[in-house]
Amino acid sequence: MANVEQLLRDKVEELLKEKKVSCVIGHARGSTAFRSTPVFARSEADTDGLIFDITCGNNLAQYLRRCDRAQGDRVGIVAKGCDGRAVVQYVAEGQVKREDVLIIGVPCEGVLDHRKVRDRVQDRDVSRCRVDGETVVFEGKDFEVSMDRSDVLSDSCKRCRYPNPPVYDVFITEPVEAAPEKCGRQELEKFEELGASERWAFFEKEFAKCIRCYACRNACPMCYCEECFVDQSDPQWFGKSTDLSDTMLFHIVRALHTAGRCVECGACERACPLGINLSLLNQRVEREVRERFGYTPGLVPDQIPAMAAYNEEDKQEFIL
Amino acid sequence: MKERMDSTRSHQEHKADDKRAERTETRNSWQPRILAFLCNWCSYAGADLAGVSRIQYPPNIRAVRVPCSGRVNPIFILKCLQNGFDGVLVSGCHPGDCHYISGNYVARRKFAVLKTVLEFMGLEPGRVQFSWVSAGEGEKFAQVVTRVTEDVKRLGPARKLVKAVRSSDTKD
Repeated sequence: MANVEQLLRDKVEELLKEKKVSCVIGHARGSTAFRSTPVFARSEADTDGLIFDITCGNNLAQYLRRCDRAQGDRVGIVAKGCDGRAVVQYVAEGQVKREDVLIIGVPCEGVLDHRKVRDRVQDRDVSRCRVDGETVVFEGKDFEVSMDRSDVLSDSCKRCRYPNPPVYDVFITEPVEAAPEKCGRQELEKFEELGASERWAFFEKEFAKCIRCYACRNACPMCYCEECFVDQSDPQWFGKSTDLSDTMLFHIVRALHTAGRCVECGACERACPLGINLSLLNQRVEREVRERFGYTPGLVPDQIPAMAAYNEEDKQEFIL
Repeated sequence: MKERMDSTRSHQEHKADDKRAERTETRNSWQPRILAFLCNWCSYAGADLAGVSRIQYPPNIRAVRVPCSGRVNPIFILKCLQNGFDGVLVSGCHPGDCHYISGNYVARRKFAVLKTVLEFMGLEPGRVQFSWVSAGEGEKFAQVVTRVTEDVKRLGPARKLVKAVRSSDTKD
């Protein structure tokens, strides 16, 4: 990865120097060695702090819409597969113009779920995190913890079908090979074997944990509404307390709003302070949209999103 | 400590018994309340035709006239369930007959996803239903309402997603 980082910095420096972009959205080291933070590199001096490794879990696409730029300026973005898909979806939804974005593809082999790391290292300070083949090593003062890559990867990364951005302008090193055989749908299939009351009990248990902090929504690249339905006060759709019914409605409606748009980056789950299983619902919706409407979000920039389109031949077996 | 736990349990059991008794009592006299979103151009007119033709159908639906089935935000349906309706029916024009050309096609996609989500989570499939009824189908309107009412009756009073049951809500 060190090689990737150096090549990335060189490339970003070159792009900024040649004024091909006014800003590059990337990752920098975060509050601990196994976290990263988004960074806006606007000058060549800023490029030294750029990193790309297993800790870079933020979905950067959402900063595209918020990034200050003059008319006609192009913005670069360091893109894993899911960032790239989110950018493509933005283009499809008319949120950014393709020509305004320079997508810098990076080879992603999955990102950490910091909670899984926290479970092992507890509250000890990690000063270094390195990947050694299939092992991830966390080092600190007087300790070293080694974990299997598969034990610390984010669950969404284990299901990843698109590790590379579907569209890119430059790629640092080579695109990684997608491993479709590893794209586990087992969780979903296993869950569907449960009876209705067990499924309901599961979701009640999960959503009962929710404290309505909206971190999932804020981390989500697709939740970009200027005013979210939960924040509206006229009409006020939802109670402001953590009443279970209101909380469940929030999660159902969020799943509906991201239907045919969710790029499965798992940012919501990583952002959730309560570790709620947020992706199960999204996985089911993803499958429905794919099988029913033949649409997978974030792959083709000029395709009309599934929920904004229709087909006269859509199946309607559920309609009386 | 043990004693206190025991007394709490018996109190809960007591409450559960009360509830069970209440349910069996109300089940015989209980009638479902179903909200029907009817599109102005087809299904509402279909309901009207059923009325003027004096076709009988169960009195369990409360009709809300909407300009188009595409106007029905899935949130409306969820709010109905949250606020104590036992079932929701959305009815619009047949495909190809939408007054606004494509409103019902777009609605169909929304409803397909909503139904998937609710049933995946474990909500009873019959609670939320959709139909196409044209202005000329008074007979079909009556059949749809009869079927939906029977389905919801079989499921019993809605318990999932219900926010708060006020005493005035349980009586009709």
